[in-house]
Amino acid sequence: MEVTIQKAVLCAVSDDLGKVAGLPVFLAGDDASRQEKARYLARILQATVHDLGDGVLIVVKH
Amino acid sequence: MPHGNSIGLGLLLGALARIAMLRSDYRHYPTYPHSYTSHLFLGFIAALAGSVTVAALLEQEWTAVTFFLLVSQQFREMRSMERDALKAMEDDELVARGSDYIEDIARVFEARYYIVILVSAASAFGFEIGSIWLGLLFGLLSFAVGAFLMVRRRLGDIVTVEPAPVIVQERNIYVGDVFIMNLGLVESREIIQEHALGAILVPKDDNARGTIANPGQRQAIVHDLAAVLGARKDLDTPEFTPMAKRDLKTGRVGVYIVPMEKDQGALLEALRRVPILESARGGALNTRAGRKARKGR
Repeated sequence: MEVTIQKAVLCAVSDDLGKVAGLPVFLAGDDASRQEKARYLARILQATVHDLGDGVLIVVKH
Repeated sequence: MPHGNSIGLGLLLGALARIAMLRSDYRHYPTYPHSYTSHLFLGFIAALAGSVTVAALLEQEWTAVTFFLLVSQQFREMRSMERDALKAMEDDELVARGSDYIEDIARVFEARYYIVILVSAASAFGFEIGSIWLGLLFGLLSFAVGAFLMVRRRLGDIVTVEPAPVIVQERNIYVGDVFIMNLGLVESREIIQEHALGAILVPKDDNARGTIANPGQRQAIVHDLAAVLGARKDLDTPEFTPMAKRDLKTGRVGVYIVPMEKDQGALLEALRRVPILESARGGALNTRAGRKARKGR
């Protein structure tokens, strides 16, 4: 039986480490690099990126 | 051979009934040649069980009757066979069928064998008490009754399907005024803006509202859409999975898909033709409380 993680926030991409806690966070200063990092993470993890605003993107496995 | 002709007629009509019910569009699985073979073979067995039971009854061979009734019981296995096959493939579908849809398909497959048994038994009985013509008539009548019982309602019968634009508003995606999801990637939002199609299902009455609220029914809708239109999606782009979201204020459902070919007409037609799942069929209006609520309006 294959076991996969579902319905979980896998990691976050943010411009400030203080905005996210309890998750792996990738730091990216500007919009363009946040988008790039989030895109790579989403494709690698087969997950979806959601934008919480205030410079925080989360990568969620649905 | 006594009863040979009646058994022959029952066998023939039963097998023909199974062939007539072997539909092979994308939804009705099997579209696989090996499944054809096994279903035709089992259809033959079902027809044999039906027609021989009549002969055994007339001869008062109770052991044989019991035995063939036992054989008919075996067709209950059909449901689990279909369910297992579809469940096994579920993980490898880009857009899953969902367990409600699988259960619904499996039930239909099981019921088809009971219709074969009914047709072959009815035609064999007609032959025994009258002539080949009476046998044919009984066979046709029972097939018609079976077909009538198996008629499926479609989504187009219970909802109005309206085209609606897919709107990308900052980080949110809407179909018309129905919220679909929050999406972080600009690149994906641009693809959605360019390629996505939307529609809104407006229920015709409160029963319909209950039906399209059912998550299993909505999963069946998006699976069918992806099967017909093709989803522009791979395993690493789950945001392009077609979705059907409910507008809680009105009970309408917004449907979103990023298809391979952008054809609004095909989307609306595919939506209208989605089967209504038995498990999702809303019946609230037919209850005592529902009738009261309707009168009170």
